[in-house]
Amino acid sequence: MIKAILIFNNHGKPRLSKFYEHYSEDTEQQIIRETFHLVSKRDENVCNFLEGGMLIGGSDNKLIYRHYATLYFVFCVDSSESELGILDLIQVFVETLDKCFENVCELDLIFHVDKVHNILAEMVMGGMVLETNMNEIITQVDAQNKMEKSEAGIAGAPARAVSAVKNMNLPEMPRNINIGDISIKVPNLPSFK
Amino acid sequence: MPAPIRLRELIRTIRTARTQAEEREMIQKECAAIRSSFREEDNTYRCRNVAKLLYMHMLGYPAHFGQLECLKLIASQKFTDKRIGYLGAMLLLDERQDVHLLMTNCIKNDLNHSTQYVQGLALCTLGCMGSSEMCRDLAGEVEKLLKTSNSYLRKKAALCAVHVIRKVPELMEMFLPATKNLLSEKNHGVLHTSVVLLTEMCERSPDMLSHFRKLVPQLVRILKNLIMSGYSPEHDVSGISDPFLQVRILRLLRILGRSDDDSSEAMNDILAQVATNTETSKNVGNAILYETVLTIMDIKSESGLRVLAINILGRFLLNNDKNIRYVALTSLLKTVQTDHNAVQRHRSTIVDCLKDLDVSIKRRAMELSFALVNGNNIRGMMKELLYFLDSCDPEFKADCASGVFLAAEKYAPSKRWHIDTIMRVLTTAGSYVRDDSVPNLIQLITNSVEMHAYTVQRLYKALLDDISQQPLVQVSSWCIGEYGDLLVSGQCEEEEPIQVTEDEVLDVLEGLLVSNLSTPVTRGYALTAIMKLSTRFSSVNRIKKVVSIYGSSIDVELQQRAVEYNALFKKYDHMRPALLERMPIMEKTATNGPTEIVQTNGETEPSVLDTKHPPPVTQPANQANDLLDLLGGNDVVPVIQTTLPTKPASAGGELLDLLGDLSLTGGPAPAPAPSVPTSQPPFLLDGLSSQPLFNDIAAAGIPPMTAYNKNGLKIEFTFERANPNPNIAVITIHASNSTEADMTDFVFQAAVPKTFQLQLLSPSSNVVPALNQGTVTQVIRVLNPQKQQLRMRIKLTYTHKGSPVQDLAEVNNFPPQSWQ
Repeated sequence: MIKAILIFNNHGKPRLSKFYEHYSEDTEQQIIRETFHLVSKRDENVCNFLEGGMLIGGSDNKLIYRHYATLYFVFCVDSSESELGILDLIQVFVETLDKCFENVCELDLIFHVDKVHNILAEMVMGGMVLETNMNEIITQVDAQNKMEKSEAGIAGAPARAVSAVKNMNLPEMPRNINIGDISIKVPNLPSFK
Repeated sequence: MPAPIRLRELIRTIRTARTQAEEREMIQKECAAIRSSFREEDNTYRCRNVAKLLYMHMLGYPAHFGQLECLKLIASQKFTDKRIGYLGAMLLLDERQDVHLLMTNCIKNDLNHSTQYVQGLALCTLGCMGSSEMCRDLAGEVEKLLKTSNSYLRKKAALCAVHVIRKVPELMEMFLPATKNLLSEKNHGVLHTSVVLLTEMCERSPDMLSHFRKLVPQLVRILKNLIMSGYSPEHDVSGISDPFLQVRILRLLRILGRSDDDSSEAMNDILAQVATNTETSKNVGNAILYETVLTIMDIKSESGLRVLAINILGRFLLNNDKNIRYVALTSLLKTVQTDHNAVQRHRSTIVDCLKDLDVSIKRRAMELSFALVNGNNIRGMMKELLYFLDSCDPEFKADCASGVFLAAEKYAPSKRWHIDTIMRVLTTAGSYVRDDSVPNLIQLITNSVEMHAYTVQRLYKALLDDISQQPLVQVSSWCIGEYGDLLVSGQCEEEEPIQVTEDEVLDVLEGLLVSNLSTPVTRGYALTAIMKLSTRFSSVNRIKKVVSIYGSSIDVELQQRAVEYNALFKKYDHMRPALLERMPIMEKTATNGPTEIVQTNGETEPSVLDTKHPPPVTQPANQANDLLDLLGGNDVVPVIQTTLPTKPASAGGELLDLLGDLSLTGGPAPAPAPSVPTSQPPFLLDGLSSQPLFNDIAAAGIPPMTAYNKNGLKIEFTFERANPNPNIAVITIHASNSTEADMTDFVFQAAVPKTFQLQLLSPSSNVVPALNQGTVTQVIRVLNPQKQQLRMRIKLTYTHKGSPVQDLAEVNNFPPQSWQ
């Protein structure tokens, strides 16, 4: 069972934290910090497995991590998971993120935390691996996003327009139309009762 | 109220903060805005606010006031709201909050929603944080969804079911019918989660395990399809088709095949196939191979397969990738107990891993190396391990030192080597050894009498170099106290003797007493050592002075010792030599590891009677009883030697009880077979197996005799006298059969009068072949301390030509030399 999935950057700032076992808020933050300390000390060419820190269950649990550019992806698992399998899972997760966000970078994770959570929810559920097929995951996530967009109502109009423009394939169309935030203020006219 | 800012805005704003305090300020401001917005019960912007709250929660700020809002979002009709609401519930709520029960109804409705994504959300949340009450309420819905044809929902329902089973194990049976056709799915997602569900059920309940054993052929088929099928772009990971599913199936096979021969049999082929066909260039292939190896090790596989598995692990060890080496070392550690020889072949690679830079690999290599040490490779391995001890990190030193001691104790080829090794450990890692190593070492030194001079000399030299390592100092001071006379007399065969005067020795010991580096315990050792030297050295005055100085020491322990030693000098001077003489050889008490340093003193009766398992042919106790009755007229109650060790109860418990310390009251009482025969004189040790400890020299001159010759069965006795105990006569019976039919189930029993003691060892076989083609031999040992004439009554039972035969006879014609 996977106990926790953490993503943080090279300075220890959390970019995503999902715990599949209950810890109090303070403990969660402490776990993130402790894990960062353990993982950042590691050299580049040592193995990707560590014993878990004391807070997260000690030597029964293992930390399996991968370092991509500025981010550490850490999965804390217990002994029922295959270590090499989890390494592959991290790889699949990152590739999925890449497909969803187009050349994903840390900024994408920063600004779209909820989307990352949704993708993760399609892969791991309750600490267990749900789906590993990248295309399947992406299809589901896209479908749900579409549902969301269709409900968005008028506040979503700008976003919809932007994506509609992006999807148009007219070569003459200027590419830098920034519609941005349009807040339509309805004047309060007391004379109209 | 202006519309609350979007999540993105918030994130951008927070990122502009330059200090922690600024960030905190911004977040507090935003929290206040969110709180007032919640109070206004604003439906449109609720989800935006909760999203921001979740972000702040991730950064570590308290967000519990958003819990109820999450619930409101879940209850809303819009998908967006539900999505954020469920995410918030998973992040902020858990079963310790009372609020979470309010979700139950919403989840129930959503589980029956028309849109599959909403159902999916509900399943996901239930599976992540459902409490046992919620699970109990909603298990029915989950079970229904497990049977649906929608594969998206089916896989989520399967994992949700796993969570339900973990929380409420009693509900496991509920999901059993739904599992029937889970494995016939095509969709890999469903297959994967179904295998997880099956694994969980099998791990929890042995009944389920036996129930699901019949699925083994199906699983094997699925696995085979995965391997044999060509490239399938959907599930391909680096060229291998759905490795995650393969690994899961292998794990389930492992659980199903454990301790079950048939299932293991069915899996052998597929395991061999996977092991040989998987490509190992990438991590993916290695993951599958690793899982295969673990499975092979766990089930009852044939030996060829096991050797293949260990060879794969050996190949892993040579891989450049550290991860692979790590898992290989871990698995080898698990298998070294059972397949010791196979792992030995890779010993050199393992020893090389000791020099790796990676801490995790070094630790595992060290543990594995200790497990591989045996009598043959002890010298080589110890060299490597001592080198490792020198150079390793402090966190390893304690474990390594203990391991070295244990290994040295078990397999030391010579005393000198043993002492050298221990000294080496003490000098290099002296401050990390365990506390009980000091007494163990002292005992070892005492017992190796011939090494005393050598040992004390070496210890003295070590002490001159360095007095900071306390265990070394303690052992050295003890030895100098004991064997100081050997030190100054300069006799040492093993090495160059050094010239030491008494004063130099006393200087060193006094130096210990005053040094800041010495702990109080060490000082105690030093003082006692100085005192002991008063009987061995001639300069008693100096010692007296030292001892009296410490009579006023601040340390209570030292003071007490000094005062008592002073009293020894003054009032009890006549007792002093006797008190302070050499320590005797100490008996080794049971230590942690098995020890082969067994004190043998001539009397080996106790170990002779150290029986192990009764053989398959066990006689019920009443037969023994009958025989004893036959001896007749034995009213005298003999005293049984109480050196008989107490036995653990075993299958042949009644028979062994015959041997135990029994208080004998009167004649043999007729006891029914299973009852504890507390009143039976334990003469008959029928067929209790034990190893003959004596290499008997056939005593020349005692002629063999024929004890019995009837119906074609002839029994001859040959005699040997057992060294070193002349009271024991060792008789070997040879039974031969001159009829045409074999005598099967042949059992020989004997009884002797009470003044003797008899022991019967196990026979060579219980079939006496026909026509004198072979003999059955059995060894009898008779203890005859009173040198009386040997008499014996024997009883024979065998099956001849299909019918059982029993006979009794008395043997009186023992040659006189056998019992004199």
